[in-house]
This record gives sequence, structure tokens and C-alpha cells, in this order.
Amino acid sequence: MVEAIAFYTLATLILGFGILVISVRNIVHSVLFLVADLLLVAALYVTLAAEFLAVIQILVYAGGIVVLYLFVVMLVQLKRPELHADRRRLGVVGLLLAGVVLLELVGIAVYSASQPMLPAPGAARGLPIEGGNTENLGWVLYTDYLIPFEVASMLLLVAMIGAIVLARREVAVE
Amino acid sequence: MVDTFVIPLLKIVVVLNAVLVAVTYMVLLERKVIAWVQSRLGPMRVGPYGVLQPIADAVKLILKEDITPVKADKWVFTLAPILGLVPALVVFSVIPFGADPLYRITDINVGLLFVVSVTSIGVYGIILAGWASNSKYPLLASLRASAQLISYEIAVTMTLVSMIVTAGTLSLVGIVEAQQEAGLWFGFIQPAAFVLVFIGGLAETNRAPFDMPEAEQELTGGFHTEYSGMRFALFFLAEYANMIVVSSVVTILFWGGWLRPFPNIEVLAFLDFVPSWVWFLAKAFVFLYIFLWIRATLPRYRYDQLMRLGWKVLIPIAIGNLVVTGIVKILV
Repeated sequence: MVEAIAFYTLATLILGFGILVISVRNIVHSVLFLVADLLLVAALYVTLAAEFLAVIQILVYAGGIVVLYLFVVMLVQLKRPELHADRRRLGVVGLLLAGVVLLELVGIAVYSASQPMLPAPGAARGLPIEGGNTENLGWVLYTDYLIPFEVASMLLLVAMIGAIVLARREVAVE
Repeated sequence: MVDTFVIPLLKIVVVLNAVLVAVTYMVLLERKVIAWVQSRLGPMRVGPYGVLQPIADAVKLILKEDITPVKADKWVFTLAPILGLVPALVVFSVIPFGADPLYRITDINVGLLFVVSVTSIGVYGIILAGWASNSKYPLLASLRASAQLISYEIAVTMTLVSMIVTAGTLSLVGIVEAQQEAGLWFGFIQPAAFVLVFIGGLAETNRAPFDMPEAEQELTGGFHTEYSGMRFALFFLAEYANMIVVSSVVTILFWGGWLRPFPNIEVLAFLDFVPSWVWFLAKAFVFLYIFLWIRATLPRYRYDQLMRLGWKVLIPIAIGNLVVTGIVKILV
């Protein structure tokens, strides 16, 4: 009961802030609502007993990436936040994309509902499930899911190098 | 009911008030220490040796007119000081002040990460204050602040990972207990990590010599130029509360938290008559004093020097430290 109340309250707030993120006309306000949204998603993770994920969500998204967003917004528009000139700009493309994402989510939900429940990660190794999932997550990530983990880190490395190459200023060789 | 609500609430009230009182007296201590360093007396008028100065300051700040610039973004302008202070206070919920569970509000299994992530939210206070003021110096200050905080956060977090590897746990209580088992404070095992975290802590609390975001001579006070009265005081409270957070975390990670010196040597067992929370507060106070000492001693860094130190010195050392820690952990 308490969990249901918590979930629906959080879900309503997350959706509400999400709508505000895209409907507010001031970009900095929009970024602020995004921060609120990310913090609420972290709270949602806590209610799912995924504390590690919740803390990482705050650290990486709310505390890191969105700070950079804000930094860029402030650097690009030093005078006064530009108000979006045309609110219906690219509306059709946005709707199409949203539809595709919705379809994908519904597909995943239907598929995973038909599958049997997965055992808790690390259960086979005899690790304690109660009292914290950080250690389990570490074990599982570096044993069973080692290859996806390494592939993801390679992907990030490639992205980083790509960004540096793109942003590098050409130095004239004398 | 009593155990799940009343007692934690009482603890929260006690800790919050203790932190806020400590913060106001930190301001007095800072003025006194800097005065002594410069062969002055410091505040002397209010009460004997000026001990009532913080109360006079608080009354003054509350009574002052609270001005919001006409061209400021009102909502964000109001929100920014709150966003700066709240994370600094929230962190104290996981700080263990003593050995007994009575001396902490809670112990969560991701304690250290919780501290890092919540403090990383505090930067919004500074960035938004500068932006919402709609004034050029505060904006420059908040651009500097966001660049500075993000750069130093990488080095500090990377170093904290090596401390997690050393301790084998993320819980702050667990880290202190690991030091008891090891019979040695981690500061002796990881001296490089201690120096890195402390320098990073100086930079993240915007303290001298890294107080670029509020450099008075260049930016007329920096991000809080347009703030007055109690809202300005909230920024001040946040800065000093963050100093206490850094001192507490450094004490817990490197200098044994509430443990007495040489926790495993029986001959020194008589030291146990000092309560554990006294040890903790005494150690934390030493680091608070070092903060003031550094401010009184070192000149401010230039902005490019500061970024160079962060990216070209601290981050490589942090990565090297992590690699060495991992290798030692596997071999030993």
C-alpha cells in the first residue's frame, strides 16, 4: 500500500516535471526541471531497493551531466535566455520519435511480463541478497556481464576520443 | 513508533542545530585565526574577546533589507541559496560521529557515494545564483565555479574509489571499522590519496587558495554580489557547512573517525576514557583549523593555474593511485 502510494506519487511528479521540461520557454528553467526529474527518478530507484543505482543516478546525471548542460546553456546565451521562437518547431518529428519510444517500451513490458522472473543477481554465488546490492552488482558486473561491460566502456572511450578529435583546434605547423 | 520516528527526528534536530551553531562560530574562529596570523586582535567588542560576535552578526543579517534585483529571475534567485545550503546539511545524515549507533542518524550501505552525490548537487546553488542575478560578475563567477567544481570532482571521486578498494566497503561506518581491523589509520596507508582529497576538498568548498568563484578583487564578491541579508547568509552557511563536511569525511576516511590513536595497541587502552565522539570532533576540528591556516597563508591561484593543477596534476595522480591500490590489493 505504502509502496503503491509512493510509486504513483513519484510517477505523477516525474511525468509532470517531464512535461514542464519541454513546455517551459526559458531554457535554464527547463534544465532545472530536468534536475528535479532526475532526482525523482533516483527516489523511484530507492523505492525499488536499488540504492546504488539511485546514488549513481544523482552523481552522474543530476550532479555531472546536467551541470554541463547548464554550463553550455549559459556560455552560449550570455545575454538573456533566448525564448524559443517557434514552439511547434519540428513537432511532427518529435511526435514520431515519441511514438516509436512508446511502442518500444510497451513491447519490452509485454515481452518481459511473459518471461519467468529472473533470479536475483548473485544468488547463484551464495552472496547475501539482503542488506545491500552494491557488492552483488559488482560481482555480477565483473563476472557474468563482463563482456557487455567492457563493450560499453569501449564505446564511451570511442565517443570521448571522437569528441576530442572534433573539438581540437588545428595548430599551424611552422 | 518511538524508534522509527521520534528518536531519528530528535537526532536530526540536534545535528542540524549543532552544525548551524558550529558554522556561526567557525566564522568567528576564522576571523580570530586570520587576525592572529596577521598580529591583530580580531573581533573584541561584542562580549569578552568577541565571543558573542556570531550572534550580533546573525541579528544584523536577519534585520538587513532583503533586496532582489529588478532584472533578476525571481524564482531562481530565491531558489539558489536554498539549493546551496540543503545538500550541505543533508550529508550529515550519514556521518557517524561516534562508535555507538546513538551518535549517527543513519548508516546506509552506499554512504560514501551518497556523500559525493549529494554534495555534487550543491554546485547548482552557485551556478544558478550567478545566472539569476543577471549581472556580469556573478555570471563570470558561476562559470568559473562550474568548471572548477567539475574538474576537481573527477580527481576527488577517483581518489575515493581507491579508498573504497582499500576499505572494501562503501559504508562510512564500515570504513572506520575496517581501519580498526587493519590496526592502522588509512591516512598512513594512502598518504597520496589524503593529500588529493584534501586539496580537492579545498577546491570544492571554494576556499582559498581556490576561491576563484568569489575572488573579491576581480569579481567584487563573485556569485553572491547581488545578494543581501539572510539570503547572502545562506551562502555563507553553505560554505562553512561544506567545510565541516569535508573535514568530517577526511577524518572518517583517513584518520580513523571516532577511533583513538593506535586503536589496536593495548597499552594505550586508557585513552578509551575519552568518548568516541570527542575523538571524532577533535580530529575534524584539526582539519577545520588547517582550512583557516591555509586561507591565512596562501595567495589565490590564477584561474589557468587552477585548471592546470586539476587536470594535469591531480587527475593523473588520482588515476595512478587507483591503479597502484588495485595492484597492491590483488598482490597482498
